[in-house]
Amino acid sequence: MERFGVTFLVTGVVTFLLGFFLQGLMPVLTMRKVPIRTVQEVAASVPAEFYQLAEDYPVEFQKSFGTPDPTSFAKAIQQGRDIYISEACWHCHSQFVRPVANENLRFGPVSQPNEYQNEMMLPHLFGTRRVGPDLIRESGKRSNDWQVAHLYDPRSVAPYSVMPSYTWFFDKDKRPTDRALAVVAYLQWLGSWVKDGVVTEPGLPAAGGQG
Amino acid sequence: MIATVDRRPLVNLTLVRWHLIASSIFLAISLLGGLAYAFQFNNMYPFAGIEWLSPGRVRMVHTNMAAYGFIANAFIAGMLFAIPRLTKRPILSDQLGMLIFVAWQLCMVLTIGGQLLGYGQAIEWGETPIFVDPLIVVGLVLLVVNIAAPIVTTAENGLYVTLWYFLAAFAWTGLVYFMGNYLPQFWVPGTAGAAITGLYIHDLVGLFVTPIGWGLMYFFVPLLLRKPIWSHALSLIGFWGLAFFYPMQGVHHFLFSPIPMYAQYGAVVATIAIEIVVLTVLVNFFGTLHGRSEAVRGNLAIRWFYTGMIMYGITCFQCAFQVTLTFQKVIHFSDWVVGHAHMVMFGVFGFWIFGFFVELWPRAVGRAWVHPRLLTMHYWFTVIGLILMIIDLTAAGLVQGYSWGALSHWSKSVMDSMPFWWVRSVAGLMIIAGQVFFFYALWATARRPAEGTVPAPIPAEAA
Ligand code: HEC
Ligand code: HEM
Repeated sequence: MERFGVTFLVTGVVTFLLGFFLQGLMPVLTMRKVPIRTVQEVAASVPAEFYQLAEDYPVEFQKSFGTPDPTSFAKAIQQGRDIYISEACWHCHSQFVRPVANENLRFGPVSQPNEYQNEMMLPHLFGTRRVGPDLIRESGKRSNDWQVAHLYDPRSVAPYSVMPSYTWFFDKDKRPTDRALAVVAYLQWLGSWVKDGVVTEPGLPAAGGQG
Repeated sequence: MIATVDRRPLVNLTLVRWHLIASSIFLAISLLGGLAYAFQFNNMYPFAGIEWLSPGRVRMVHTNMAAYGFIANAFIAGMLFAIPRLTKRPILSDQLGMLIFVAWQLCMVLTIGGQLLGYGQAIEWGETPIFVDPLIVVGLVLLVVNIAAPIVTTAENGLYVTLWYFLAAFAWTGLVYFMGNYLPQFWVPGTAGAAITGLYIHDLVGLFVTPIGWGLMYFFVPLLLRKPIWSHALSLIGFWGLAFFYPMQGVHHFLFSPIPMYAQYGAVVATIAIEIVVLTVLVNFFGTLHGRSEAVRGNLAIRWFYTGMIMYGITCFQCAFQVTLTFQKVIHFSDWVVGHAHMVMFGVFGFWIFGFFVELWPRAVGRAWVHPRLLTMHYWFTVIGLILMIIDLTAAGLVQGYSWGALSHWSKSVMDSMPFWWVRSVAGLMIIAGQVFFFYALWATARRPAEGTVPAPIPAEAA
């Protein structure tokens, strides 16, 4: 090949790297000082809703996750996230609150970079479409019962809904299986690190309102 | 007659044919998936309660088959035709070509199966299951080796514009695919991962689909109009502008997210810059058409090409506005973006593909089109259906965006969208009706008794 031809291959590589540096690597460098927390660290502080879940569905919970503690919580939210991914919930729900369009009034505090610096966000689930509302501040917004009923038949609690029914998260007697409980645990985890309107990092004990 | 090199035909029409067939099959699958998912929004999902046909999974099949099944297969067919003609060399190996063909379709089937069974990956445009990704990377590398070989060994002096785009795209595609499917999945979490995903969403369209699409236009348009491209200088500006500005816009998919603001501003500026470049390319092509505009009526392929280019102009014009932070407040997350996506992927690249289908299919099967009128019907149903869908979704996006911003209850945005979602389903049915004519025409043409090996003429306007 004449030298001219190589130019275009090289151009491809160089412009890719330039773009990657500006739009990919720089954000990575910006975040480099914030340690990436593991799932276990993140699950260290278990939200009250998870203990409640064990009381709401004692038999099913026992069978799926044993006793509610950080270890079973870590297992539950990971499984919940995996289901959230495989059902592509993230194509209908976003996971970040923007500082515009009154979103802080609708959903809660605006999202901050540190919240996402952990292995539960690997891969991140920001999303680009909202058919349903944002979910990053979902924790505690609804009861476990509401969430379970909503997964089985969204129209039973929100008649206007176009969200699919996830009947296969339930057994023949319409009791929640580990899948339904895992998704609910995950939803109740999302934003559980916001305490009294203050955003902390997932897994940190309550920040007590400073800064 | 078709030229031969060392008694090997210059263009391997069998391979072209197979890729075109695969492309249309995956188009059908993608369309049915899109329609089914659209029915979910009318609460009429046809497969409700069936786990492996869960709407979210079907959505992944819809977009992935549109990109990798329909568009990629058709683009490979186009390149298999264009590259040997431009370099006067056949591809490296016909056997390798067949192997790549089979491997690519295997990847598609694994992707569909994986996604339906719950192994979709949470990377937008990269929902191909994690276990398929390495296969696709290998497939891409082999493909590049096979079809870049004639460019490397050509004795021609000076490379034509088409080949600039192809070569750059060869370098880009593999790198982009690897970056997008691996970094945010295994190593980079959170906001930085999102920045890389944004880059991937954008680069897949900008560095794979767009350059190959334009490369094919630089090849087919002068070929069919029988005149050279209007301005070489504009071709140069178009290529270098794209190469420079396109790769640095990723974060514009996540504006107002927690990704560092400097990256967001950079993406916005680069995006607006590329619109200027795009304009030069369009001017170049309309300059080429000047004096031959009757071809838009007389030649269906040219009509598809230029319809796509008008769509491209509209998309890019729209993009220059929607990328601004002012617009983003309202339209982000809404159906406006979905309308935009259909306008680009289908209205531009899909239409170009239909254009060269019109030109290549008769050559690939060695028969003239049986019912040119069916193709005209295909054109009108598809174009009108798509325009209806775009106007509908754009309007729906504004309704949703303002409803959210006004803090109405979420139910309001959903209920107000219902009529729009009905119109979308109707538009989808119309598009599908158009494709029925198309698929029938493809099939009937291939089945028609052969009348010698006369290269088929370009079909003229039927009605
Ligand atoms: C077709 C799009 C779609 C898909 C897919 C989807 N949802 Fe929804 N979701 C909605 C809509 C619309 C609403 C608002 C109406 C309602 O509450 O049902 C909603 C509401 C919700 C809510 C209530 C939020 C609140 O507090 O008001 C939760 C929680 C939720 N979805 C979780 C999920 C999960 C988990 C999945 C995946 C298993 C999922 N969604 C998949 C459309 C979708
Ligand atoms: C019968 C015609 C079609 C129908 C009914 C249809 C329907 C849909 C629906 C319902 C969605 C999801 C939108 C959402 O998340 O809210 C979608 C997404 C998408 N479709 Fe289609 N589609 C059709 C044809 C096509 C074609 C032919 C292509 C490409 C060649 C295409 C490309 C896309 C893309 C890229 C997206 C993702 C949009 C985004 O995430 O912003 N579609 N489609």
